Formats: sequence, C-alpha cells, structure tokens
Amino acid sequence: MSAADAPVAGLAVDPTAVLSVRGLRVSFGDHVVLERLDLDVAEHECVVLLGASGSGKSTLLRAVDLLEEVDDGVVALRGVDVTDPRVDADTVRARLGLVFQAYNLFDHLTLLDNLTLAPRLVHRRPRAEAEADAVAMLDRVGLAGREGAYPGQLSGGQQQRAAIARALLTGPDLLLLDEVTSALDPALVGEVLDILASVRATGTTMLVATHELGFARRVADRVCFLHAGRVWESGPPSIIDDPGTPELAAYLGG
Amino acid sequence: MTWEPSPVAVERAAFRAGRRRRSFAVAALSTLVLVAAAVLVVVTSPGWERTRDAFLDVDRGLEVLPALLEGLWLNLRVWVVTVVVSLVVGLLLAIVRTTASPVLFPLRALVAAYVDVFRGLPLLLVLLLVGFGLPSLRLPWLPGDGVYLGTLAIVLTYTAYTAEIFRAGINAVHPAQVTAARALGLTRAQTTRRVVVPQAVRNTTPALLNTVVSLQKDSGLISILGAVDAIRAAQIAVTGAYNFTPYVVAGLLFLLVSIPLTRAVDAYSERRGWGATRPAAGVAR
Repeated sequence: MSAADAPVAGLAVDPTAVLSVRGLRVSFGDHVVLERLDLDVAEHECVVLLGASGSGKSTLLRAVDLLEEVDDGVVALRGVDVTDPRVDADTVRARLGLVFQAYNLFDHLTLLDNLTLAPRLVHRRPRAEAEADAVAMLDRVGLAGREGAYPGQLSGGQQQRAAIARALLTGPDLLLLDEVTSALDPALVGEVLDILASVRATGTTMLVATHELGFARRVADRVCFLHAGRVWESGPPSIIDDPGTPELAAYLGG
Repeated sequence: MTWEPSPVAVERAAFRAGRRRRSFAVAALSTLVLVAAAVLVVVTSPGWERTRDAFLDVDRGLEVLPALLEGLWLNLRVWVVTVVVSLVVGLLLAIVRTTASPVLFPLRALVAAYVDVFRGLPLLLVLLLVGFGLPSLRLPWLPGDGVYLGTLAIVLTYTAYTAEIFRAGINAVHPAQVTAARALGLTRAQTTRRVVVPQAVRNTTPALLNTVVSLQKDSGLISILGAVDAIRAAQIAVTGAYNFTPYVVAGLLFLLVSIPLTRAVDAYSERRGWGATRPAAGVAR
C-alpha cells in the first residue's frame, strides 16, 4: 500500500467522487487563505463556488490544478491523492481543464493552433484529427469560421468562448472555471454563460468560481459558499434565496 | 488558530527534503566528475610542463602583481566614468528620440544617425579612429592622452547601446499609463519624467546591468591606445621575459571584479523578481 491511498484519520477522501478535497490548507507567507477545507464534486455534478473577493475561490481552483503548493490536506481525483509530491503534476493537469478570468489565450497563435496545441503536444493526437475536433468545438461555442483569427482580433466574449473550447477539447475529467465572466462587460456575459450551460447539459463535471448568482441558480447542482478559508455553507441553489448563515446573507446582500 | 501539520503533510515534507538532499548530492557528484576530467586532460597533455612554466609561474605572478593592480585601478576609474556618462547621456538621447515635438525633429534625426553609426561600428575601430584620428587634428584643447581618448571612444559606442535599451524600455511602457497621466492633467514633459521614464528604467534594469558588466571588461581596450591599464601592464611585463604569467594574473584580476559584480546583479534581479532561475513562475510544480 502506497502512501497515496493510506487512510489517514480525518483526511479520508471519497473514492467515488471525481474531486475530493480534505483538510486543505494553503497559505501565502503569514496569510492563510484556505484552512481545513473539505469539498466533494461527484461525477456529472456542477458545483458553484461563491464567496467574497479574497475568500480563496481562485486559490482553491489553482490548488486543485496543482498550480499552488499546499501546506496540508489532500486533493484526490477519483480517489487518488494528487497532492502527493510523487505524483507527476503534468499528467494530473492533462486530465483537468482550467479556464481563467483573463482568458490566457496564446496571443501569438491562431484560434485553431490555440485549441490544438495541447491535443498535439500533450495527448499526441495527429494534427488532422486534432484540427477536425477543434473546428467542431469552435462551431459548438459559436466561433465557426474563425479558426484563423488571432486572439487580439476577437472580443472578450469570443476570446473567453475560445478559451472554454480549448479547455474542453482534451476531454477533461473535471472542468475548472475561474470567474470566467468577471472581465467581460454585461452584454458579453450572457453569451459565455449560455455556452457554459450547454457544456453543463452534456454532463461535464464542473467546479465554477463565480459572482453570477443567476448562473448559479440556473446550472448549479450545488452551491458552496467560501468564507474564512473553508466551505462555510453548502446546499442546493435555493440557499442563494434562503441563506442559512448570516455570513452568506451578508455576502448576498453586499 | 494554530496549525498542526497532519501526518500526511509531515510525510510529504520529509519526502521533499529527501528529494532536495538527493538533488544536491547529484549536483555535487556531477560537478566533481566534470572538474576531475578537465584537470586530468590538462595535466596529462604533452605540453603541460612547459605551459605551466610559461603561464602559471607563481613567483613571476607575485612579482608583477603591484604593476597590474595599478593598471586595474585605472580600468576601474575608466569603468565608472564610462558607466555614468553612457547611462546619463543614453537616457537623455532616448528621451529626445521618443519625443513627438516637430521642433525637435533635427535633434531626433541627429540622435538616430549617431545611434546607427556607433552601434554599427566595431568598438575596436572606434578606438583606433578616435585614438589616432582626433589627435591628428592638432586641436590645442584636446587631450592627446590614450586614457582620455580611449574613454571617449568607449563612451561613444556604449552610449549608443544604452540609448537603444532605454528607447526600447520607453516604448514598452503601456500606452494606458500615458493616457492615465495625461487624463490627470500632467503635461507631456511631466508624464515622461514622472511616469514613463521611471517605468522604462525599471523595465530595462536587467539589460542595463548587463551593459555595466560588459563595460567593466571593455575598459581594458584602452590599452591599445597605450594607456597603461592592467592589460597593457601585463603586456609590458611579458615583453622580454618570455613568460606569459602576467596575462593570466591580469585575467584573474578582471574576474575578481566581474564575477562578484555579475553575482550581485543576479542576486538583485532575483530579489526584484526578474530572476531567470524560475522557469515556471506561477506554477508550483
């Protein structure tokens, strides 16, 4: 039995969940962002993270994608502890999709090349095959015919849709979305959320950090409110309209 | 709330510490092997004995050390002067070149021509032309000494380089910064002085520090104009003695200055977050 699946008191993960986080602690210097955080995301589930700016939503997503060093706790994907330093982080990240607030498309590549970069380099797919999939995916997010465009030639909403397509193209076990509409003006938010709702409808497992309460009501299976470094309150989307803790009520009111 | 690391965290920390120890051991071993191989190749070479006598004569080295140190002192003085002048003048030229005022067009053209010429000429050629060309004009106020003319030649070349570095830095400042400054009511000149130039200087500091390091070595080129710097002093010591140890000593003296300097520059860059030693900044592993 390796250290990875050794049962540890208080840190026992849910092996059936796509993502299972136990006792997570992440700090930057003296500033503790996440502390003893527990969270599960089941197969085909869409979990929405709410919380004030600085509550650790982004840090949690980055920790799950192994972009942050964790002080303590376990992040398990399908029951396997990936925070173990013996686990190859690149292999783990290849199974996850992450979409950033600022799109992070590669400015020097066309949309087609942005989309096919990981399938070709990481997943070793033949170019023709990867490109055919990329064209189909761009069509799905409403960017048909824009394969040759560079990110700089697109609107923010179009760029974010392309970024979602890029994350989806590798068929991730879990799609992480980090405030993907925060950089967009209201007119463009709708088109991105519509795409996410359609992605949701295909059964993609999603963990979404957002401030869009309407989106949370519409697509979330479960809402988790982050406060004081942990999941303060969680439940069905109806808790948005009927908060069980004064902290969630304060967040929704403010 | 105090944090008591869980057994999992403790075990991971121990594993990482083990990894670090192993990395260190591997690094030490590979270094040792490489150095040993290099020493072996040199020492077993057929000409080793004669090379050692001609280049690594410790007694001769100590004998010439005072003269070389005196030469090095000249190098250091030339270095400081060239650094200060080429940084200050380079920045002024870069500012002139990035102005938009039509009145300054002739000045801009002049600066562009100057930069084109002196960036395109080999430093050695500039040294020879300045060192032997200017004195032939017999201008009474022009010092004919190799030290001054050599310094002038180095300054001419390096100012062209630093002007270009500064210009690139000024152009790289995001237009939104200028817009914000002008929106606050700052004049064009105030915007340049208080917003653009400070950011340009910060952005270009690594490149400029590189130039400073390279100036330290190139200060030795004034020796071709007869200035008795460390290199020239070594040349004089070699002449007639058929022992090349002074060159080696001069080289060591230059390294003695430039290695701590480059280390200091690296440490400074690292502290400011420009370090090249973190290939994947923002990604934990």
